[in-house]
Amino acid sequence: MPNVESSPLIRVENIVAHYDSLEVLHNLTFDVTPRAITVIMGVSGCGKSTLLKLLIGLKKPTSGNIYVDGKNLVKMSRKELDTFRKRIGVLFQGGALFNSMTVGENIAVPLRVHTKLSEETIRIMCQLKLEMVGLAGFEDFMPSQLSGGMRKRAGLARALAMDPEILFFDEPSSGLDPITSAGLDNLILKLKSAFGMTIVVVTHELESAFTIADQLIVMDKGEILAYGTPEEVKKSTNQRVRQFLERQPEEKYSKDSQFLESLLSKA
Amino acid sequence: MVRVISAIGRYGINLVQELGRMGLFFYYSFLGIFKPPGKFFSTIKQVHFIGNKSMAVVSFTAAFSGMVLGLQGYYTLSKFGSEGLLGSAVALSLIRELGPVLTALMVTGRAGSAICAEIGIMRIEEQIEALECMAIDPYSYIIAPKVLGCIIAVPLLTAIFDIVGMLGGYGVGVGLMGVNPGAFIWGMKNSVLNQDVWMGVVKSFFFAVLIIWICCYKGFWAGTRRGSFGAEGVSKATTEAVVLSSVMVLVCDYIITSLML
Repeated sequence: MPNVESSPLIRVENIVAHYDSLEVLHNLTFDVTPRAITVIMGVSGCGKSTLLKLLIGLKKPTSGNIYVDGKNLVKMSRKELDTFRKRIGVLFQGGALFNSMTVGENIAVPLRVHTKLSEETIRIMCQLKLEMVGLAGFEDFMPSQLSGGMRKRAGLARALAMDPEILFFDEPSSGLDPITSAGLDNLILKLKSAFGMTIVVVTHELESAFTIADQLIVMDKGEILAYGTPEEVKKSTNQRVRQFLERQPEEKYSKDSQFLESLLSKA
Repeated sequence: MVRVISAIGRYGINLVQELGRMGLFFYYSFLGIFKPPGKFFSTIKQVHFIGNKSMAVVSFTAAFSGMVLGLQGYYTLSKFGSEGLLGSAVALSLIRELGPVLTALMVTGRAGSAICAEIGIMRIEEQIEALECMAIDPYSYIIAPKVLGCIIAVPLLTAIFDIVGMLGGYGVGVGLMGVNPGAFIWGMKNSVLNQDVWMGVVKSFFFAVLIIWICCYKGFWAGTRRGSFGAEGVSKATTEAVVLSSVMVLVCDYIITSLML
């Protein structure tokens, strides 16, 4: 367990989740510290994206509780859930921008729906959010005209539109070149230090995770293998954690001939 | 034998589940109409997309349907020496049956499929989840304007279909076949009652609800069912939406006709 001075903003208790009859998360318990970056990492298919869906209320767990400021997210009414969601921002893996709108219109969506700001104020706010993510001047571009990294930044600008307290990132670095990826990591760090945001990042990028994390959760097959500060996780003796951190592949076949034989036997 | 019974049972359960989901979707979409944000401009946009952009194809179909009716009607009626009734035959066929049905089928093919694919792509690209995460009700924001737009546009398109179809019938009957224009117009005027027009309006309203309900529902849950994920899921949903809407329009047409006659 990491040393946390302040009480947790989000407390996940004994969460179990299923897809149909398949149990994908087994009894997970952890805390998300306020004004810190919590990184959930693990191999593809380990259940980290499902966990993110639970944290933002897009999926209900089979059992267990998720407390946000002491209120149970699992048992929230639609109205309470909407109130919670007005406090959060989510950056989806592909940006999830509305393709038929310009970048500026995308950012304006939550502002137009939830506030009574004038169009002029909304326009200025959109410019400000784009400036924050380094996309100033791109408000009239369509999402299809942007590169993958720019689309993620635009998605982040939209997630920041309502000045959220908690930011969730789903695989922010995936599919990005190292320079763009490092730029996004810097941006995440700045958002925490400058605005005191609580940030939860789901990723499988080791370098990015260790650069930004204040606390790390390593998952495998729906279970938490390691949970603590980056230094604590680095010292983990768990074999699977070591394999993940040292980027060792699953060794099924020690020799090429064994690999070829296995293919022939399946043919 | 057990396998057959279990397959029938599974099919039955799936059918009931699907109907239940469709019912809930209809309920949430209906509630969405009355929820914020305001829908004036988004509804106008949908009326333009569903109505204005379908005008060319609807008018084209209407003109040729009316012309065929004029031609077929003339040959049939001339056998009994009743060419003078051509006007009423064309008008009644169009207003009561062909206008609402063919307009609904054209709107399904042109706008319904596009709406289903648009919503389906929003689903697979996580745009609907993004809306939910912004505390915006997707039923209110995406579906409700489309429902309102369709309910406004389809009856108007049906009226245009009827008028263009009658002009087509007039052109062939009077212009080509030599039916007396006075008899044609007189026949139309005397045989078409308010009740006939009302039947056309009721049908077009129900068809509009049916088309938009099925197409939005199929798109909303595209790519989320087992065995059809991603782009394949969207293509499957679009096909299902068009086929089911078209079939249901014809089934619903029979039911409404039998109830209103």
